[in-house]
Amino acid sequence: MRHGKYRFLIGALAPPLLLYGVFVVSPYAQAFSLALTDWDGLSAEAGFVGLSNFADLWGDKLFLAALRNNGFMILVVPTATIALALFFSACLTLGGGTRRRGVRGSGLYRIVYFFPQLLSVAILGVLFQFVYTPGNGLLNGLLGAVGLGGLERAWLADPASALPAVTAVMIWSAVGFYVVLFTAAMESVPVDVVEAAVLDGAGRFTVFRRITLPLVWDSVQVAYVYLGILALDGFALVQIMTVGPGGPDNATEVIGLTLYRSAFTYGEFGYASAMGVTLFFITLTLTALALRATKRERVELA
Amino acid sequence: MKRISGGVLHLVLIVWAALVTLPLLWAVVSSLKTDAEIFASPWSLPDAPQWGNWARAWQEAAIGRYLLNTLIVVGGALVLVMLLGALTAYCLARYDFPGNRLVYYLLVAGMLFPVFLALVPLFFVVDQLGMLGTYHGLILVYAAYALPFTVFFLHAFFRSLPSATAEAAFIDGCSHAGVFFRVMLPMARPGMVSVGIFNFLGLWNQYLLPLVLNPDPDRYVLAQGLAALAVSQGYRSDFSGLFAGLVIAILPVLLAYLLFQRQIRSGLTAGAVR
Repeated sequence: MRHGKYRFLIGALAPPLLLYGVFVVSPYAQAFSLALTDWDGLSAEAGFVGLSNFADLWGDKLFLAALRNNGFMILVVPTATIALALFFSACLTLGGGTRRRGVRGSGLYRIVYFFPQLLSVAILGVLFQFVYTPGNGLLNGLLGAVGLGGLERAWLADPASALPAVTAVMIWSAVGFYVVLFTAAMESVPVDVVEAAVLDGAGRFTVFRRITLPLVWDSVQVAYVYLGILALDGFALVQIMTVGPGGPDNATEVIGLTLYRSAFTYGEFGYASAMGVTLFFITLTLTALALRATKRERVELA
Repeated sequence: MKRISGGVLHLVLIVWAALVTLPLLWAVVSSLKTDAEIFASPWSLPDAPQWGNWARAWQEAAIGRYLLNTLIVVGGALVLVMLLGALTAYCLARYDFPGNRLVYYLLVAGMLFPVFLALVPLFFVVDQLGMLGTYHGLILVYAAYALPFTVFFLHAFFRSLPSATAEAAFIDGCSHAGVFFRVMLPMARPGMVSVGIFNFLGLWNQYLLPLVLNPDPDRYVLAQGLAALAVSQGYRSDFSGLFAGLVIAILPVLLAYLLFQRQIRSGLTAGAVR
């Protein structure tokens, strides 16, 4: 049994670790040191500039606009997505009377709600660019058809509506996945617990708030972290959908786009790396915060 | 009262279902209209279905080639990451050796870092290896970035498998590699399917990595090709062709989902909860 163990281990682990080391670990490590230089990609030597890239970030209008827009997404996307998903999953599992599990046709809803998860982000971008097109787009057509023609506008060309329009696509595409996740969790809530509560006179809302929600809180916590990471990105949608991209008037600029542009359009590789490092620390902080905030809540409810 | 609230409930559910399907149906209908019909009204149905749009998208707009490129890159990366990921997870889960924990945490930490952080150095690493704009370069990078989650997921899975079968195989003289490939890997099938589906959709979804690492238009993956078409469509104004390309890009995964929807949904959500 011991025979050849290390030979097997080395043979099995060397290729994946080599792959991981070359393409993942080494770029991440290099990013931290590149961030302290003014490297332009051409010169052989990168000049060490200390933390000045990071200082420059705070005076960079574009980067600050990106921070603000990603901040907006972080505030809106996780909360709206989770609220909608929880609401739909509660309808699907608790609806139709608390004794019967699920409304009629709940299987079909689950199939349909999941559709957006199957569209790659590039497809989403191209599709919704059309949906928001002013002249013959779906959204304006829909508003006109239901008598809200007054709301019609050039969604992506108007600085006031461009960012909400992009954010709405994120929410539209994410809700279905979390409906499936939450309904699975809600169905594992024991029936007799729910029945006992109903016998004690609890209404649907009370059952949801006092029993279902605390028992699926783990899934909600996971959802917050995933959706927060999603909201810190937004690069592909913005790059494909918006004018500029990032416009109009930097209204849809996101951190990823600023980074991409300064690296691959302007060749400011050191500066772009400093943005990457900043993004990393933001991600880390927000993840820790989300886990901590939702953890406290869970203790309260349980 | 109960009846009314039940009705409202259904209405809300139907409204969301409509919101989800409408853009997709609209894209399908638009892909069969002429450009003039598209400009006339977003609602009208085509007088006669214009299948020529699809042929034009496939041939002239090269959607067919982009699809093939995507299949090569995503397929190659999927096979590679599943093989390497399973092997790594198995060794870390079932063998005791110095550095085991270190390797595990090093791999799993990869899930915490945003890809944007690695982007600039990654470009130069791939460039120096002469792999910019090649299939194998993209396959290796895709696989490397999918490795952390794959190992994380399968590690827990291999831990939960009983060891009696493996021990019996060892006593019967099976080699270490033999035990892995003939005993443990078949037992891990449900986990492999889950993480395989998760990885497939993740790789299919890639846009940033090919955008930076795959500059050759002949090797564009679908995501790049579609985005490039959408930008240039403004000059050529072949809207019907672009809609057709969009629908062609949507259909394969949507059809696969309709066939295997239950497995796909449970596989994906199992992946998220871990």
